Amino acid sequence: MGIGIRIENLRKVYDTPPPSAARGAGFSFVAQRTAGPKEKKKFEVVALDGISLEMRAGEVFGLLGPNGAGKSTTIGVLTTRTRPTGGRAFIGEFDVWQDQVKAKRVIGVVPQRPNLDFALTAREILLFHGAYFGQSARERERRSSELLEQFHLKDRADDMVRNFSGGMMQRISIARAMMHDPEVLFLDEPSAGLDPQTRLMLWEIVRNYNKLGKTIVLTTHYMDEADALCGRLAIIDHGRIISQGTPAELKASIPGGYLLRLRFNQVPELLPAALQKLPGVTEVRDAANTSLDVYADRGGPLIASIVNAAQALDAELHDVHIAEPSLETLFLHHTGRSLRD
Amino acid sequence: MNWKTFYALLSRDGHVARRNLLPMLLQNLLQPLLLTFVFGRVLTTSGMMRSEYKNVLLPGVMAISMVLSGVQAVAMPLITEFQFTREIEDRLLAPMAIGWLAVEKIAAGMVQALVAGLVVIPAAWLTMGSGVQLSFRPLEFSVICVLVAMFSSAGGLVLGCTIGQTQIGLMFSLVIAPMMMFGCAYYPWASLAAFPVLKYAVLINPLVYASEGLRGTLTRAPHINTVIVIGALVLINALLLVVGLKKFHQKAVS
Repeated sequence: MGIGIRIENLRKVYDTPPPSAARGAGFSFVAQRTAGPKEKKKFEVVALDGISLEMRAGEVFGLLGPNGAGKSTTIGVLTTRTRPTGGRAFIGEFDVWQDQVKAKRVIGVVPQRPNLDFALTAREILLFHGAYFGQSARERERRSSELLEQFHLKDRADDMVRNFSGGMMQRISIARAMMHDPEVLFLDEPSAGLDPQTRLMLWEIVRNYNKLGKTIVLTTHYMDEADALCGRLAIIDHGRIISQGTPAELKASIPGGYLLRLRFNQVPELLPAALQKLPGVTEVRDAANTSLDVYADRGGPLIASIVNAAQALDAELHDVHIAEPSLETLFLHHTGRSLRD
Repeated sequence: MNWKTFYALLSRDGHVARRNLLPMLLQNLLQPLLLTFVFGRVLTTSGMMRSEYKNVLLPGVMAISMVLSGVQAVAMPLITEFQFTREIEDRLLAPMAIGWLAVEKIAAGMVQALVAGLVVIPAAWLTMGSGVQLSFRPLEFSVICVLVAMFSSAGGLVLGCTIGQTQIGLMFSLVIAPMMMFGCAYYPWASLAAFPVLKYAVLINPLVYASEGLRGTLTRAPHINTVIVIGALVLINALLLVVGLKKFHQKAVS
């Protein structure tokens, strides 16, 4: 029981603008135009730049990264909706591009934005989905009733879904993805736009489904979600994997753990070296023009000595932000950017 | 090939079509009814047209009705489902090669086109009153009907995968309207003899073969040889299918 996923050196280059409407507002690529004055200007975007990953059977695996990092493209390839430019991906033993139909049988997909069949009611969406997967009429009835109950949609089961609220659409999307009892469940930004209550319900559903031995792959740019749900994580940025491991391992890999983002009126040449000498400081990095990122094993207690060191060099501290060890600081450490940038 | 999935997809389309039965019937019936009433009844009864015109008109109206409903049945849902809502995603994820989803759309469109075409006959008969003389050749008529239905829904597939949501109006005024006017639906092809250039130019219009084919197998009005019509429709269907499937794949996979 349980099916793992293997991705080998996966590349995806879009030569036409990706259907961004389909993938949500997630694309923030900058088009790289090929040089050459007389050459026809060609649209080219590298979405995945040689990704290799292994997701184990029965785990909750998270893809974490900012918008446009390549999370949705990875999911797109794994769910047969995007043609890889290079490399291979396997769901269990099935090559997702060569054995599409077999791969589609074992996966369930919750898209970034609900893509429900607006011509149908909530119940019909589940019933027809079950029929597409060859379930018998009795099995469809039983499973759809169960899911409608579990997702608190029973009262609205026979209403057309086009009148549903965002949260309800998301719930029916997830129910639909589970309808044929897939071994692997993909959730692309599942909690985007959900109210806190629905979000907790979603987490509960994901955990329970995982307890049945199912593999779950989700993308998110919420740190707490990744922390709360995922057994292992890969951090993606600009189509590459920056780091992967359990949330605890990843957090432990940050030098010092604490991150102090400091902004001065000016950064004298000697200031970074002076800060580096302070007790507990493991690394000082130049951030933007008048800012420095300090990694240290402590947070608040360092401020006084930082202020003193700065004053000694005629610099004035204007702003401090202290981040405790978290995936957010990890992301910052590797990319120099915040996840929400 | 996974027939269970194919059948489930067909029954989904059937279910949605049944839900919209009344508007769909009105959409498919009203225009042919008005056309046959004005051209076939008012103009012939008042003596502005000869009574034989009814025989020319009936197959033409039937062809238009089939083509319009087939094109609409396939193209319109595809245009919306491939756009913003991506409603079609769920069906693309069904365990079946995605090309079959396009085939399923064509099959469903053909059923609608056939229904739309066949209801025109009794309806037109009623509105035009006496004077319609049918000379029915069932076998050839059935072949032509199936080919016309296929042409209309395969054409719908091509249009549905080519045209953006904002260009629907343009599609009607630039593609559908000229096709109807130069499709030999309201006049037999032979009557274009006085316009030699036009006479051969309209031959690229598939509706010409639909109208003339139905005319030849349904009435005694002058018409293009049925064998030529069948050959042309087979060619057109093959071309539209190849182009439509290719476009569908391009749309479906990024």
